[in-house]
Amino acid sequence: MSKLKATEEQITYAKILDFGMKLGLVISVVTFAIYVTGILPPHIPLNDLPKYWGMSVHEYLQATGLHNGWSWTGMLYKGDVLNFIGIAFLSGITIICYIAIIPILFRKKDTVYGLIAIVEVLVLVLAASGILKAGGH
Amino acid sequence: MFSEIPDDDTVNKRKLSTVTIKFKTAVKGHRYELITAGLYTLAIIFCLFYLCDSSAFASDALSSTPAQTASTTPWWMWPLVLFVVTFVLGIIAVLGGVGGGVLFVPIIGGFFPFNLDFVRGAGLLVALAGALAAGPGLLKKGMADLRLALPVAIIASSSAIAGAMMGLALPKNVINIALGSTILGIVVIMLLAKKSEYPEVKQADKLSTALRITGIYNEPSTGEDINWKIHRTPQGLALFIIIGIMAGMFGLGAGWANVPVLNLLMGAPLKVSVATSKFLLSITDTSAAWIYINNGAVLPTLVIPSIIGIMLGSIVGVRLLAKTKPAAIRYIVIGVLLFSGTRSLLKGLGIWN
Repeated sequence: MSKLKATEEQITYAKILDFGMKLGLVISVVTFAIYVTGILPPHIPLNDLPKYWGMSVHEYLQATGLHNGWSWTGMLYKGDVLNFIGIAFLSGITIICYIAIIPILFRKKDTVYGLIAIVEVLVLVLAASGILKAGGH
Repeated sequence: MFSEIPDDDTVNKRKLSTVTIKFKTAVKGHRYELITAGLYTLAIIFCLFYLCDSSAFASDALSSTPAQTASTTPWWMWPLVLFVVTFVLGIIAVLGGVGGGVLFVPIIGGFFPFNLDFVRGAGLLVALAGALAAGPGLLKKGMADLRLALPVAIIASSSAIAGAMMGLALPKNVINIALGSTILGIVVIMLLAKKSEYPEVKQADKLSTALRITGIYNEPSTGEDINWKIHRTPQGLALFIIIGIMAGMFGLGAGWANVPVLNLLMGAPLKVSVATSKFLLSITDTSAAWIYINNGAVLPTLVIPSIIGIMLGSIVGVRLLAKTKPAAIRYIVIGVLLFSGTRSLLKGLGIWN
């Protein structure tokens, strides 16, 4: 039986993804534990949560005084907002994986795939930037 | 001398009778699984009805204005129930061969008190976490193929951004109607779509040849190295625009659509299609998830218990896989999707709120 060899870029992508996913999950569990145990006071008191989770996101932001985009980074001292570190990390790991394989693709003279990877990074960074706003309803 | 040529009516009757016999044989062969699946589905539906009632009670008790609240239900009850339900969903998803997101959104959206905006955000993160967890293993084994995934991902992730923005902008009833219709469509796909282990691809098309989308994977059951190539790449990429939009709009994940397109249309082997589809979700859902995060549609209380619940459930599901009959579980998944899809549709139409 022959052993299949995944390409160098595929292995690099997989290694970073593996490490990032595990780290992201640990961060998520730890920050959630900090939140529910009340080690850091939350922006929205836990007992008041049921008042808000039935609202549309537009109403929720208005009622809680929270802002969209990356404004949460300025409120990390609050238990509930702290959870966004893990969530953002899990959502950002793919971008790091892509950035890591770009030099490998160009070194292998796989220019088309190198360019595809660059465009994908730009697409994901645009999504993550907070520039794109959805209209409320 | 010449036998009589049957008219169209007779031919149709014969065809119908053959189909009926085949159906009866299939039902007879799976009678036990069908009965078991039916009972389990009824039990799940009963639990969902109970949740729905409690959810309605919670919504009534909580006024629409945040200042007035009279709920006797402690805040932690819903995340705890959510954890239990997502744990069960994780088991069912693995045994039924579907992604967690496709079960999560219609069930949590239809039977829990959370707004659909937050449920879809959580659904994307649940599907994303599952894809991130599975991705490294699939890539290292060479089952998921980066050369196949990268061009598809660029189309699907860009479309998912558009889908997410549309989903957050559209009125809730429109989303519920579209979600319900999509879920019922998935049921039809699950019932009718065939799978092809090794689709015949006589000649790779020009685009896939230019992009060198081809590969070899090792089939563990036979030890054989399978050479594969794909065709109809432009048509496949075009379909990923629609798949991406739907993934972003409904937060469903999109394995249910990725696999048929990669396998049946583009001709990738089934295992490569399933693995590449799972990996692809980690990219598609990343772009859509950021739109939900940046627009405030992510509640940690909803997301974290769901991710942990579904991942633990998946681990148990994988262990149970060897001991259970997948056919019965598949019927349960179809039954539950049928019920929750109908619920979303009726909710959107204002018939069952």
